[in-house]
Amino acid sequence: MSPDPAHGGAAPSPAPAAPFGPEAHVMVGNADMFINWARKSSLWYLLFATACCGIELMQTGASRYDLDRFGAVFRATPRQSDLMIVAGTITHKMAERVIRLYEQMPEPKYVLSMGSCANTGGPFYKDSYCVVKGVDLLIPVDVYVPGCPPRPEALIDGILTLQKIIEQKRNFAAKKA
Amino acid sequence: MEPRDLFETLKGKFGDAVAELQSEGFRPAFVVVAPAGLPEIARFLRDDPEMRFDSLMCLSGVDYKDRFAVAYHLHSLEKKHAIGIKVFLPPENPALPSVDAVWPAANFMERETFDLYGIVFTGSKDLRRILLPEDWVGHPLRKDYKYPDFYHGIKV
Repeated sequence: MSPDPAHGGAAPSPAPAAPFGPEAHVMVGNADMFINWARKSSLWYLLFATACCGIELMQTGASRYDLDRFGAVFRATPRQSDLMIVAGTITHKMAERVIRLYEQMPEPKYVLSMGSCANTGGPFYKDSYCVVKGVDLLIPVDVYVPGCPPRPEALIDGILTLQKIIEQKRNFAAKKA
Repeated sequence: MEPRDLFETLKGKFGDAVAELQSEGFRPAFVVVAPAGLPEIARFLRDDPEMRFDSLMCLSGVDYKDRFAVAYHLHSLEKKHAIGIKVFLPPENPALPSVDAVWPAANFMERETFDLYGIVFTGSKDLRRILLPEDWVGHPLRKDYKYPDFYHGIKV
């Protein structure tokens, strides 16, 4: 490096990187734990609501309950989402769209069924020709959150339950012969 | 304008197309008209300087088991009066002329009535199902409607 005329000397050379120790920023653990930690800490959920549960979902995401502190933020496209929160009544007309949105999400993907309508059809369970009696007839569901609609605390509990489920997953388990 | 006066005016102008006045137990009172005379009566009610029914508040279907009916709730923002128009239809192939050329707001409500009751509005601009899927079978708010067991492989 050429001498710097403004300061009248050579630029200082950078200090050599520490090979190990606290300065090296190395973490040691097993791969499952690390992968699951990354997955559960960035549950990006699909911006998707079909009924009044969607209002509670918005509340949960907004500043008072702040779902962001668990790493869960909404995404406006299924292609960037890990989690589908089915918030509200699913009609037969909507069912095809729900399945398509679920299929557009990349793996690994999770589904949280929020509220009575998505769980079982709720108040429309009997004598309704147009409501799907539970979203688990369409797509696999990981967590059910009861309530009509559930409080934001209940939804947060559902998210934490899902995080526990993700923590227990074994990604490198030996395949059964 | 009072319902009785309105009924007399319509009766004098359209004769047999206007059947009766149902004022007992109805607010507003209903004028029962024949299906064939409906478009002329609707246009008269909208345009006549004494009537000025510029707002079609509601259009709904009714299934009485032995017959169908379509009810129109009209309101005049200018004259501050209201009236109902009712048309009775036979139980087989119920059909009546559309009024969406008179009140454009009628189109969505006629589509809903067609969707749920199967009442056909002839001469409509665009008569399709509005709430249910395009390939749905039957009209669910009819009294004799039978629920399907499955729709696209999903249990109903």
